[in-house]
Amino acid sequence: MLVQIVSLGMIVTSALIIWKGLIVVTGSESPVVVVLTGSMEPGFKRGDILFLHMSKDPIRTGEIVGREIPIVHRVIKVHEHQESAEVDILTKGDNNLEDDRFLYAHGQLWLQQHHIMGRAVGFLQYVGWVTIFKVCLFFLNTPIDLEIKQWLPFIVHSDRCTGLTGHI
Amino acid sequence: MHSFGHRANGVATFAVTILAAMCFAASFSDHFNSLSPVASVKILNTNWFQKESHGNDEVSMTLNISADLSSLFSWNTKQVFVFIAAEYETPQNALNQVSLWDGIIPSKEHAKFLIHTTNKYRFIDQGSNLKGKDFNLTMHWHIMPKTGKMFADKIVMTGYRLPEQYR
Repeated sequence: MLVQIVSLGMIVTSALIIWKGLIVVTGSESPVVVVLTGSMEPGFKRGDILFLHMSKDPIRTGEIVGREIPIVHRVIKVHEHQESAEVDILTKGDNNLEDDRFLYAHGQLWLQQHHIMGRAVGFLQYVGWVTIFKVCLFFLNTPIDLEIKQWLPFIVHSDRCTGLTGHI
Repeated sequence: MHSFGHRANGVATFAVTILAAMCFAASFSDHFNSLSPVASVKILNTNWFQKESHGNDEVSMTLNISADLSSLFSWNTKQVFVFIAAEYETPQNALNQVSLWDGIIPSKEHAKFLIHTTNKYRFIDQGSNLKGKDFNLTMHWHIMPKTGKMFADKIVMTGYRLPEQYR
């Protein structure tokens, strides 16, 4: 029994190490996100996963960027100020008719660099469906030798299990 | 040691690993694609040039966009997202990039095109610095793969200028 608890603990902590390591390497708080809505179709569909990478380079138009709420949309306007080198950014989902101002805070017209969690640099289709069905494995009846990757979707979405539906 | 659960676990893990390796190889093959896109944009007409409701300059123009982006497509390409951005500098802003038009090219057959359109998104400045402004029109494209790494690049076209007066 003790052996099983220790093994379980080792798997969970290994998954956590990999996840935190990814955060450091990519510079993004959320290096892997699942596409939840169809607002970037046909490029990204619901259930695809995106890899985000953040660097200090200023954001430019065309980049596909993710924010704290997992909205990954394309930058369509950039205004970079002379003195401060801060950037004002406007985003829009490829498949939406309107830009994202209706999603920003009331009265907010622009995003800034610090709102951006990362740029989408790569993606895999369909892999994210596991999390959309909210499969959060808590207890296992089979012997504890599951592979780490099976835990990863749980950890990615432990704070998003409340589910963001709707047309974001 | 050979229960159904163990075997299913083993098969699934192996399948996912092979699939991941194939996706990686597919994405890697895109590095060997040699790209030779061509594009040109003509401003046919500046329709109007006014201050909009918040006092910022706004201009509307009709564009003629022609391009041949078929060399960007490989077997691992799902679509190419292309857009035209006006880029210019003002006293307050070191760089302004305003997307005027975008489109999705779903396949190689659609990659050679000629489009006649007014700007899809409003060309609004932060302020009123656009009178007589020189600007570049840059065609950007994002190659969105069926799997793996996305590539992006651009062609910068210089020499455009806005009217000196509102009209």
